[in-house]
Amino acid sequence: MSARFIPVVVTAVLFLALLIAGSLQFSGFASPRVLLNLLTDNSFLAIMALGMTFVILSGGIDLSVGSVLALSSVLCAILVEKHGWHPLQAIPVVLIAGAAFGAIMGALIHVYKLQPFIVTLAGMFFARGLATVLSEQSIPITHSFFDSVNNFGFSVLGGWIGSATLLLIVVFAFGLWLAHFTRLGGYIYALGGNSTSAALLGVPMGLTTISIYTLSSTLAALSGIVYTFYTASGYALSGVGMELDAIAAVVIGGTLLTGGYGYVLGTLLGVMIMGLIQTWISFHGSLNSWWTKIFIGSLVLAFIIFQRGISAGFGTKKAKI
Amino acid sequence: MTARPAALQLNKICKSFNRVSVLRSVDLELRAGEIHALLGENGAGKSTLIKVMTGAYSADGGEIILGDKTISPQTPSDAQKLGISTVYQEVNLLPNLSVAHNLYLGREPRRFGCIQWKKIRARATELLKRFDLDINVNEPLSSYSIAVQQLVAIARAVDCSAKVLILDEPTASLDAREVALLFRVMRDLRDSGVAILFVTHFLDQVYEVTDRITILRNGERVGTFATNALPRNELVAHMLGKELHALEHLSHHCPPAGREEDVLLEADSVTIANGVEQLNFKARQGDAIGLAGLLGSGRSEICSMLFGLSHVTSGKVSLAGKEFRPNSPAAAIKKGFALCPEDRKTEGIVDPLSVRENLLLALQAQKGWWRPIRAQQQKALVDEAIRALKIVCSDAEKPIGQLSGGNQQKVILARWLMTKPQIFILDEPTRGIDIGAHAEILELIRKLCAEGMTLIVASSEIEELVAFSNKVIIMRDKKMVGMIEGDAITENSVLSAIATPV
Repeated sequence: MSARFIPVVVTAVLFLALLIAGSLQFSGFASPRVLLNLLTDNSFLAIMALGMTFVILSGGIDLSVGSVLALSSVLCAILVEKHGWHPLQAIPVVLIAGAAFGAIMGALIHVYKLQPFIVTLAGMFFARGLATVLSEQSIPITHSFFDSVNNFGFSVLGGWIGSATLLLIVVFAFGLWLAHFTRLGGYIYALGGNSTSAALLGVPMGLTTISIYTLSSTLAALSGIVYTFYTASGYALSGVGMELDAIAAVVIGGTLLTGGYGYVLGTLLGVMIMGLIQTWISFHGSLNSWWTKIFIGSLVLAFIIFQRGISAGFGTKKAKI
Repeated sequence: MTARPAALQLNKICKSFNRVSVLRSVDLELRAGEIHALLGENGAGKSTLIKVMTGAYSADGGEIILGDKTISPQTPSDAQKLGISTVYQEVNLLPNLSVAHNLYLGREPRRFGCIQWKKIRARATELLKRFDLDINVNEPLSSYSIAVQQLVAIARAVDCSAKVLILDEPTASLDAREVALLFRVMRDLRDSGVAILFVTHFLDQVYEVTDRITILRNGERVGTFATNALPRNELVAHMLGKELHALEHLSHHCPPAGREEDVLLEADSVTIANGVEQLNFKARQGDAIGLAGLLGSGRSEICSMLFGLSHVTSGKVSLAGKEFRPNSPAAAIKKGFALCPEDRKTEGIVDPLSVRENLLLALQAQKGWWRPIRAQQQKALVDEAIRALKIVCSDAEKPIGQLSGGNQQKVILARWLMTKPQIFILDEPTRGIDIGAHAEILELIRKLCAEGMTLIVASSEIEELVAFSNKVIIMRDKKMVGMIEGDAITENSVLSAIATPV
């Protein structure tokens, strides 16, 4: 097996180990219902983290996604509740706004050679501020379309596959296709591998950078819409710190933070592992739910140290010259 | 042979950075179906010339003619589209992508919006067969040796229909078998009509594979020669040149040999981790030991080892009779070593700091940060240094970047002299400085020797070494191949020792 698959395999093994350990301790832990709920409850985080995967693969970072989620949810709620738009009209507008937001950040990063960290940090404050200015209060949504979408779904093996889960599956398939069957996917890996070489090989740097941040913001906006349906409201303080959860999921999923190595499947597993830890704590009952953060923190640390070891296998060979 | 058309012609190319001219009216003609060597020491302008050809820099003057069209590539990908491809020593491919993906990145065949991986793999395997490479193209590039990576880079360049192929030091990290493979591919490509510019510092390879040679020195073209009509001695003489006419008064001067028991530093069949082998010498107090050899021969590597930047893997270095194994510059400094590095800009000066701060850096580091030098004492030390080394600067608070190269170098020398070293290592101390400062630095070297300091000086200028050394170590291909002592040190003896083929 090639060394580049090791991190994602480790993530998968860890997921299975957690599942087995949990089901030995609690009956019903590994049931289809719990697993499918995991997908539903974490669908917005997973969609966001899939976008983040491409950013990190390219060697960048996007800190604005949590705020973009909030801004999208407030925008969606205002358009539907205050202006009486049909959600099917509001959703495309919100997605386009998210895409434009990401495109601007990407363009700033490329044209002015700015650090993605700084640009998206500014974007984070900007989007959060704008969301709060639009509405300080949470806006409940009562539109009937929301109920019908939330009620849509079918049950499988005692579990429920709802619209959020279906959307996640579509986004995941799109991510797979983008990463491995398009030129853009290759360019994103190339950028993360070595941006100087990528430029010398004729990779369109500007277009690629802008596409990456546009994609991340669009998916963050989409996850904002999912979140809006999930909570049936728009609130400017939702998703605070969620960008960090997304980054953690990507890292636990085995993607190298310096870019170039990683898989979208890993990210999905990373989100599931984080969800599984949360589930385990709620099954446990007596543990404070903040223990989740401690476990996730330890996992992220362990993965980063583990990747240091692995990358001695594939990342540092070029330093031999 | 001469009837072949010029594939690429450079006419009177000029380029300068910050008013320092790096290329002065350089001509170069590359014919289709030839392997053309571009030679020159560090700072001769080779890499700048290549960057002009590949569009990484634009020339200030002159023209580039490809075939019969004048071109002005603005970026490397521009040049690539025109048919000028470059393969660098550091392979410019993507280590994380598969070999096949590297070969076809940006030109992948697609159907229904999907990349056709099967087709890419088949084509890549086919392409690499032409280069006698039978490897699994699905594996990431980083799982193969540098030689294979270099061949993959060349394969990509050729497959993108290169008319002109520039190979920039491609053999620096290859072993003999890999070099032979590369040369066979180069000859095949030459026979199929590609013009190849081969930049290297291995003279044996130049004679083995090239048809013509162009030599640059100090930003000017010395000449273009047919390889088989240029004896090795002449080639080396052309590369190293005779630059020191103004210093003729500095005739050979040999400090008196000290007593055998005063041996301060001794190397006994030393091998260094950075590749240098067979190093043997004894340095007494007051010795000035010259390190002579061409670029890449191992001169600087010896300096690095003595200063704790690269470790000894076998053999023994002893200092005043005791084994000396520095593992960091700090350890070497503690033992009384000082290093004036080769690359003044990045390893010597600290650009935004003032002349005063730069002067005091080493002394302050030696004393420790918790014992600051008082302002009064600082001023006295700085004034003394500026007077003693005749540093020309209107104000010691000026940023050092505003000084001329020669004065910057004097600041570095003064910085280390303040720490009162017993062994001073100078790596190319006179590179890129004006002739006046040059003479002053040579004078200083003699004075320090007379005072009993041991100096180890690496230089590509033979006349300079002859002027002050009482021992010259001859380096070739990272091996010490000889030592010339005392009155036997003449320009001719050093030159022929460097040039003698293995």
